[in-house]
Amino acid sequence: MTLTLEEVEHIAELARLRLTPEEKERYRDQLSAILDYAARLQELDTSGIPPTSSVLPPHTMLRPDLPQPGLTLEELLRNAPETEADQFRVPPILE
Amino acid sequence: MPALTDLTLTQAIQALRKGNLSSQELTRAYLERIERLEPALHAFLTLVPERALAQAKAADRRLKAWRSSPSEPLPPLLGLPIAVKDVLCVKDMRCTCGSRILENFVPPFNATVVERLLQAGVVILGKTNTDEYAMGSSTENSAYGATRNPWNTEHVPGGSSGGSAASVAASLAPAALGTDTGGSVRQPASFCGVTGLKPTYGRVSRYGLVAYGSSLDTVGALGRTAEDVAALFVLMAGSDPRDATTLDLPVPKIDLGPSTSLTGLRVGVPDEYFITGIQPEVEGAVRHAVDVLASLGAMVQPVSLPHTEYALPVYYLIAPAEASANLARYDGVRYGPRLSGETMWDLFFNTRGEKFGAEVKRRIMLGTYALSAGYYDAYYGQAQKVRTLIKRDFDAVFEQVDMVAAPVAPSTAFRIGEHTGDPLSMYLEDVFTLPANLAGVPGLAFPVGFDRQGLPIGMQLMGPPFREEILFQSAHAYQQATDWHLRRPNL
Repeated sequence: MTLTLEEVEHIAELARLRLTPEEKERYRDQLSAILDYAARLQELDTSGIPPTSSVLPPHTMLRPDLPQPGLTLEELLRNAPETEADQFRVPPILE
Repeated sequence: MPALTDLTLTQAIQALRKGNLSSQELTRAYLERIERLEPALHAFLTLVPERALAQAKAADRRLKAWRSSPSEPLPPLLGLPIAVKDVLCVKDMRCTCGSRILENFVPPFNATVVERLLQAGVVILGKTNTDEYAMGSSTENSAYGATRNPWNTEHVPGGSSGGSAASVAASLAPAALGTDTGGSVRQPASFCGVTGLKPTYGRVSRYGLVAYGSSLDTVGALGRTAEDVAALFVLMAGSDPRDATTLDLPVPKIDLGPSTSLTGLRVGVPDEYFITGIQPEVEGAVRHAVDVLASLGAMVQPVSLPHTEYALPVYYLIAPAEASANLARYDGVRYGPRLSGETMWDLFFNTRGEKFGAEVKRRIMLGTYALSAGYYDAYYGQAQKVRTLIKRDFDAVFEQVDMVAAPVAPSTAFRIGEHTGDPLSMYLEDVFTLPANLAGVPGLAFPVGFDRQGLPIGMQLMGPPFREEILFQSAHAYQQATDWHLRRPNL
């Protein structure tokens, strides 16, 4: 078992996920099995091998810096669960 | 003339231009078939019959005007209905990504591929079912219920573009858009007996595709024939100022004539794709299909992609890592439903914990762990280095051959529920499709036979980056010489 219940809780905290006690146990078992499987990557000697973060040749796409029409305020806000005065409404952040 | 819903795109274009058929007749024929078969298959998440018929009516007006003055150029796919996977934004049409967390999201813009196809004249029938956020290999991870395989409704259609593949296989649409991050176009195409393209990474814009694994995501298409998929591909491809990963390369003109000669083409068959545990009928059908390519003039030789077995652990670290970042935006503030909370943090935790499904949470957790302090080098960093080795395997093979032929999946479509209790066993279904995504190369899947249960078997051709035309030419030649792609399920 690669993961403990405490580690699962720590990961869920980082990922901002509220989990039930059953979910925590299930993820401990399932994620441990997947990570055990992934441990085979350690078999390979990768010293001197650069990481690949993108398969593309390095390139920079340039475009003229011109004003373009964008989305309207109505379009930007219409999917929000709660709005007020043309803004997204959220619970208080500061006391 | 065959039934309207059996026409290929290419045949339908001819009939529409001649005036033998109207777009409204064609669209109505598909909508009626959808109405009859959708309860048994559940290929769609959203249907828009009125909007589709209005588009068809407009197309008919334009076709009529063109027939009286044919010198005017006509959009190439004018009046042809298609289906769109529900992870691609269509303006003012609900986009759920198969998730409860986007159950009421209505995009205010079109994805670039959607915009380009609308400019080309297509009629959109609706949005097809998908594993939640395209994370899955069976569509069983859709929050709205699984799609059924049209060849046997006890079996999965594959995934994550399972709704798109099932809709094409069942003739609910002549073609459909899909996306492929780890095999999500090719594997369902294989399971449903249709043709599906995963393009080169950088070839087709992802603007308006809801992001999953950004270094792997591609937008592809599914259809009945290589010719039909190529017709969509040439319109979808090309650089887009809204997606900085697209390369400014000319899009090839793909000319698939009646010629079936593959003389001089070098085809590699990688040993690593014929592993212990592969269904013998799958191996037999794929090897036979390679013989057909040889009979058409191709030169076949064994090749080696030695790091193939590592693609699975590499993918299931890199894709979840990218997903954990991409899905951070679903927080109950700007879109989607919201669960209440006394503080901002409670709101985030409650909404995400409740509205994401089990597989999405699993991958977010896995990715968060792989990126976390103390584990980054061992998991994510090592995976990125092994990805380099996988890419180098392909670079080396394409020095020797023009393309690689391999099975799409180790077995035909599995039963609904067969893997749902064991995520790792589900991941193992992706073992042959993941390498192309990690290397960024194009792959084209198409049917090459059936097993004893009557389920389709698929083969994939993988080519060098930006050489999709070789794959289309080869699959087209194969389809001129065989008739597997013409078989239809009894529905």
